[in-house]
Amino acid sequence: MSSKIKSLNYNGKWDFSSSIESIENLSILKEYQLFINGKFQKPVDKKYFPSINPTNEQQLTRIAKAESKDVDLAVNSARAAFNGQWGKISGKERAKYIYRIARIIQEKSKELAIVETLDGGKPIRESRDIDIPLAAAHFFYYAGWSDKLKYAFPNKTPKPLGVVGQIIPWNFPLMMAAWKIAPALATGNTVVLKPAESTSVTALLLAEIIKEAELPPGVVNIITGDGSTGNLLVNHSDVNKIAFTGSTEVGKSIMESISGTNKRSTMELGGKAANIIFEDAPLDQAVEGVINGIFFNQGHVCCAGSRLFIQESVYDVVLRKLKDRMQSLLVGNPLDKNTDIGAVNSKQQLSTIHKYIDIGVKEGADIFQLNCELPKSGYWCPPTLFTNVSQSHRIAKEEIFGPVLAVQTFRTTQEVINKANNTPYGLSAGVWTDKGSKAFNLAAKLKAGVIWANTYNKFDPTSPFGGYKESGHGREGGLHGLSPYLNLE
Amino acid sequence: MSQRIKVLKTYKIFINGKFPRTESGRYTQLKIDNLPIANVCLSSRKDVRNAVLSARNAFESWSSKSAYNRSQILYRIAEIIEGNKSQFIEELILQGEDSKKAILEIDQSIDRIIYFAGWPDKINPIFGSVNPVASSHFNFTILEPMGVVGIVAPEENSLLGLISSIIPVILSGNTCLAIVSEKLPLCAISLAEVISNSDVPNGVVNIITGSKDELAPHIAQHMDVNALGINIDNKELKNKMFFQASNNLKRVVDVSKYNIEDSNFESPYIVKKFMEAKTTWHPIEKDFTSTNNY
Repeated sequence: MSSKIKSLNYNGKWDFSSSIESIENLSILKEYQLFINGKFQKPVDKKYFPSINPTNEQQLTRIAKAESKDVDLAVNSARAAFNGQWGKISGKERAKYIYRIARIIQEKSKELAIVETLDGGKPIRESRDIDIPLAAAHFFYYAGWSDKLKYAFPNKTPKPLGVVGQIIPWNFPLMMAAWKIAPALATGNTVVLKPAESTSVTALLLAEIIKEAELPPGVVNIITGDGSTGNLLVNHSDVNKIAFTGSTEVGKSIMESISGTNKRSTMELGGKAANIIFEDAPLDQAVEGVINGIFFNQGHVCCAGSRLFIQESVYDVVLRKLKDRMQSLLVGNPLDKNTDIGAVNSKQQLSTIHKYIDIGVKEGADIFQLNCELPKSGYWCPPTLFTNVSQSHRIAKEEIFGPVLAVQTFRTTQEVINKANNTPYGLSAGVWTDKGSKAFNLAAKLKAGVIWANTYNKFDPTSPFGGYKESGHGREGGLHGLSPYLNLE
Repeated sequence: MSQRIKVLKTYKIFINGKFPRTESGRYTQLKIDNLPIANVCLSSRKDVRNAVLSARNAFESWSSKSAYNRSQILYRIAEIIEGNKSQFIEELILQGEDSKKAILEIDQSIDRIIYFAGWPDKINPIFGSVNPVASSHFNFTILEPMGVVGIVAPEENSLLGLISSIIPVILSGNTCLAIVSEKLPLCAISLAEVISNSDVPNGVVNIITGSKDELAPHIAQHMDVNALGINIDNKELKNKMFFQASNNLKRVVDVSKYNIEDSNFESPYIVKKFMEAKTTWHPIEKDFTSTNNY
């Protein structure tokens, strides 16, 4: 059967002239401090850690490491701001501050995009077109809610929670900071945010923006460090809420840590999303969606469509198209505007991905990888696809957080619903079909917080995002992103 | 003529629409003022597991019923209790309540069911949303039931408390298992008998009697339970359940924060706590050839 389906002939790989984003006018400091009480402050213990550019393994800058005393200072300043000016001004005034942040991000978007790419390794096309515009849009959207909260909750008088501790991952550094800070401020809380260790720079540029926007001191504090700093924040007795985005494993341990306290929580955790192609789907669009679903941001996406289910009748043709399309992906310098796949974020993550690729091969799945030359230094992983995968394979069960797709097949709708839901995760799912009734049936049956029908990996500040089951609880974005930051009792 | 010998009731637990004894065979004698009034099952972990299984199996059919249908079924529970008021009042009195309070509790219980029975088809119009995304997509958010909910009902207000714990949970399509008041368990079993006669599908509500200290942690740890609604005064047990619930990130709702007796308890916000927001995206075709400027 498969021999009848011809491969597309590109006459080899297309050549592109490189189109490198200039970094000449960029100023990255040698050293970044903690942002506490409206000022950049050296850490009490004077410890710093390097931030590595994953494309060349060179140190980009060094970042202050917040220890216990610094976390205290940050939480205390957030508390003082909450009890002080921020807690007293009207929603209308709060809105204007948040609008300012949105506007300044837009003004500085080019610089922010370049830094995001340098620090994290993601293609400039994505940081420029997705991360930074969405970060600005998030602030703009939530700004408008500040003075309209009472309309969102019929019969209730919403009140802020107080000081919220927020811990974000390294896959969408600035965008995650925006997802966390914007709704927290709109609802009248004050913030202590800890960015991920490997991607702190844009959060600190955001701190500069917040300063420029003249937010009262202490309303937003940004403390950098590794998991131990996050741990101090989670366990700080004067924090009212923890909002965490990261792995399910860490999420569970945070929930254990805060059990028995009055701390509220939002958890946006891992995923192992099913992306389902029915035989009646527009196949070319579906293939495009699958590619975007798993290879977007090197697969460092909690909602990545990492499990592909293809209906058996179209399996051969879809697989052929998928492999052809994979061959046209460009892996390399993320500052090149042509690049589709940038660098893997860190050495540690690269070794996790390699570990899973080895497991996939050892467990008997068939591997297919993009045949391309990888840069000599830096952390790189070619787009990878596994076929002959079964439900029990670890590559089909565990979150890899890399550009690795596990392909399975199905015959009936009921079968694919069972297979897709057979996971402790439930963040997102994709379904491809031209039949509206089928799309709605699947959208109803799939146990996931976000369903993309005939599309994938779309985000918008008005659209709530968050998981079922072990993918976490609470929503970010939209109307439903407000209540996690409010006391409605 | 000799006095008629009364028929005494055997109180059993309620799992999957049936009334088995606990698989452990254990029981405890319920005494009021040191007088034995009934034997009550001391359920075990195995009963909890059976109840979870039964609730899980019931979930798909219950959650896919129309909201209108669930509404009517809940209303039916209230109708039947209304017709059996005297039985519940007798039991409440037998458990030590004075008759005035017993009448009040049964009236409140019925009215509470009627209140919540109206919500199934009104939650989403109020708490769902159509989201105006910037790209060419139709995007909407609806609330869905979470799945299997483990309930620990309060010790006091054995009937009103149990009803207030169960009804807001199941109305959206969740199924549940409930550990009932340890010292006042009789009404719970009579409620189970009503539920079994009210067109509530088997397994939607499962009722277990026994020691909370023993049973509650089994529910909190069970990997196929999605959420907990706990109304416990024992702080140590409560905290333990919060901790154990982290093992599969169960949503935990501390119902003891609310005053069950207060009519303010009647609110859709408690229903929402046992629901999950789902957002669906679908592209809208961009048709560049047509104009729409009428």
